[in-house]
Amino acid sequence: MQTKIPESLLTIRSQERQMLYQMVARFTKEYIVPNIEGWEDQGEVPRSLHKKAAELGILSVGFPQNVGGIGNIIDSMIVSEAIIQSGGSSGICAALLTLGIAIPHIIASNDQYLIEKYAKPTMSGDLIGSLAITEPNAGSDVAAITTSATRDGDRFLINGAKTYITSGYRADFVVVALKTSPTLGHKGISLVVVEKGTEGFTVTRKLEKLGWHCSDTAELSFSNVIVTSKNLIGEEGSGFSAIMANFATERLSMASQALASAKRCIDLTMTWVQNRKVFGTELSKMQLTRQKLAEMQRQYTVARTFLYDTAIRYVNGEKVIMEVAMAKNTAVYAMEAIINQALQLHGGMGYMRENEIERHYRDGRIMGIGGGTNEIMNEIIAKQLQI
Amino acid sequence: MKIAVCVKQIPDPAAPAKMDANYNLARDTKLIMDESDSYGVEMALQLVDKAGAGEVVLFSMAPGEEVSGLRNALAMGAHRAVLISDPRLAGSDALSTAKVLAKAIGRESFDLVLAATESSDGYTGTTPVQIAELLDLPSVTFAKGIEVKGESLIVARQTEAGFDEIEVPTPALVTVTAGVVEPRYPNFKGIMAAKSKPVEKLSIDDLAFSPDSVGASGARETITSIRPAESRGAGTVVVDEGDGFAKIIEYLESLKVI
Ligand SMILES: Cc1cc2nc3c(=O)[nH]c(=O)nc-3n(C[C@H](O)[C@H](O)[C@H](O)COP(=O)(O)OP(=O)(O)OC[C@H]3O[C@@H](n4cnc5c(N)ncnc54)[C@H](O)[C@@H]3O)c2cc1C
Repeated sequence: MQTKIPESLLTIRSQERQMLYQMVARFTKEYIVPNIEGWEDQGEVPRSLHKKAAELGILSVGFPQNVGGIGNIIDSMIVSEAIIQSGGSSGICAALLTLGIAIPHIIASNDQYLIEKYAKPTMSGDLIGSLAITEPNAGSDVAAITTSATRDGDRFLINGAKTYITSGYRADFVVVALKTSPTLGHKGISLVVVEKGTEGFTVTRKLEKLGWHCSDTAELSFSNVIVTSKNLIGEEGSGFSAIMANFATERLSMASQALASAKRCIDLTMTWVQNRKVFGTELSKMQLTRQKLAEMQRQYTVARTFLYDTAIRYVNGEKVIMEVAMAKNTAVYAMEAIINQALQLHGGMGYMRENEIERHYRDGRIMGIGGGTNEIMNEIIAKQLQI
Repeated sequence: MKIAVCVKQIPDPAAPAKMDANYNLARDTKLIMDESDSYGVEMALQLVDKAGAGEVVLFSMAPGEEVSGLRNALAMGAHRAVLISDPRLAGSDALSTAKVLAKAIGRESFDLVLAATESSDGYTGTTPVQIAELLDLPSVTFAKGIEVKGESLIVARQTEAGFDEIEVPTPALVTVTAGVVEPRYPNFKGIMAAKSKPVEKLSIDDLAFSPDSVGASGARETITSIRPAESRGAGTVVVDEGDGFAKIIEYLESLKVI
């Protein structure tokens, strides 16, 4: 649909996108806000949430039309913004929108068998998928993974372990990065789908974390797991480039979630400072408060402007590897400063579990770690600088 | 089943309202679909779904080619829209509005014309029945439910005591009470599809009105003065000193609700 018209500062504010935002905001207020505390306690979101989101088309956003998708990464960013700015959280986005990292490689491979079996049922909310790259001994250094798959005719024998896997506890299937050629480094990495219930594949732990409490995170173990070679995504050895190809959208999404959390905290703080009385007047009347809020708004606006500029260029086909890394770090640093200041302006209330800021403060910490750490982003920038 | 739904596009109630010198609400801001009309749109969509075939056509009179409110109803699933927009319509009263809408609706034949009981900006609640009169249609107001029975409709009409069941032959005009159905979410595919649904734009010339019969010059209502609604009192603050429970009971008893 939008493939013909280049993205611009006008298209990102189109009427359709405003309506998309409003629709997702309404969904959030009706289905997420009343339940989020319970889900934070339970450590996961229910399947019914995926089903409801799918009915509204939310789970199809950002995927290509030929598999029933609609819109592009900019629409996905708008979805996350609407969820977070209406009272949801980046944890909700992580749990509900895990498909954004779980199925793109399947779709890009154009393997109709895998698309019908896994990608489409995930977009319709019937299945939950995860992406498992990180291992206890390999995170940033993806090429160092050791989980292995040995070919035996038309089957693979898989052994290894994965950790910090989002939605891994609930997942019906996991897209696993593994070595099909252990001697080849990153060129030996392939992606294989492993289904829940396959013998030898177990969730060894549901991990407890600082934030993202409503998003389950798991440790997975593969012990002599046999999987049909039909579950290999793309060519053998194409895993690393497939993973890298999808990093751009993952990073743009995380950056938009970070800034949406910052914006939500600014909004909550604006209301708070106008109502909180200190030394006989509203907190908002203090010159220092005004200075702080101005600074928060500046950080947010500048980071968001650069993020959208990068997203627009990315969708229009420009090579923006360095800019994506910059946009993520800029968003993360802005968010950290803003949420910290928002909490400070709330005083003791900011530290309380009952206050939404407290959750964003904890949830926000992952943004500079997941999807590539701040340091890895800087490595990418440095590499582009050819120093 | 072919249904016309009147949809008003109003200034966002969340934004502060502005009045012009003639005490008319300024409509030069961004307009949105009046929430009261979303119930009529939903009811129309449900009736067409149930009938298995048909069309839901929206009619709106609004300044400045404004279609954002209509797009919302189109995204919900309405099939097409007719927008009557003409600078000469500025200052129209309820009757002028009814004349314009009736003429636009009357160009086609519909089984049913739906409208909200009243708009959330003007609140006159008179336009729908005037449309019915001008189109020579029977009208039923305050519907909370509509069922099709052959060539007639069974309308549950809300009353203070409960509801009346009214049988009315089609074509008819029915006004729908706010809140009686749950307006569906437009899903993202619907939102994108709405972009290419037809919106026909008409001027008063297209409807063969003389300029002095509509708009400010045709209006028979004039607003002579306005004043702000009384603001609510501050209420009483009751401090709970461990006896909050008893105080609540005492208060409820004083109201004779328990
Ligand atoms: C809540 C949560 C959810 C997650 N979800 C998933 C998921 O769904 N799937 C998945 O596969 N993974 C997931 N991860 C893992 C995440 O992607 C990794 O934690 C991340 O990539 C960092 O890897 P690591 O933890 O092994 O840290 P390490 O790579 O060991 O890094 C440790 C530190 O060293 C720094 N460092 C590393 N390399 C360099 C370098 N070259 N130069 C300078 N500094 C360097 C890092 O920046 C970091 O500060 C998740 C993690 C968390 C916390």
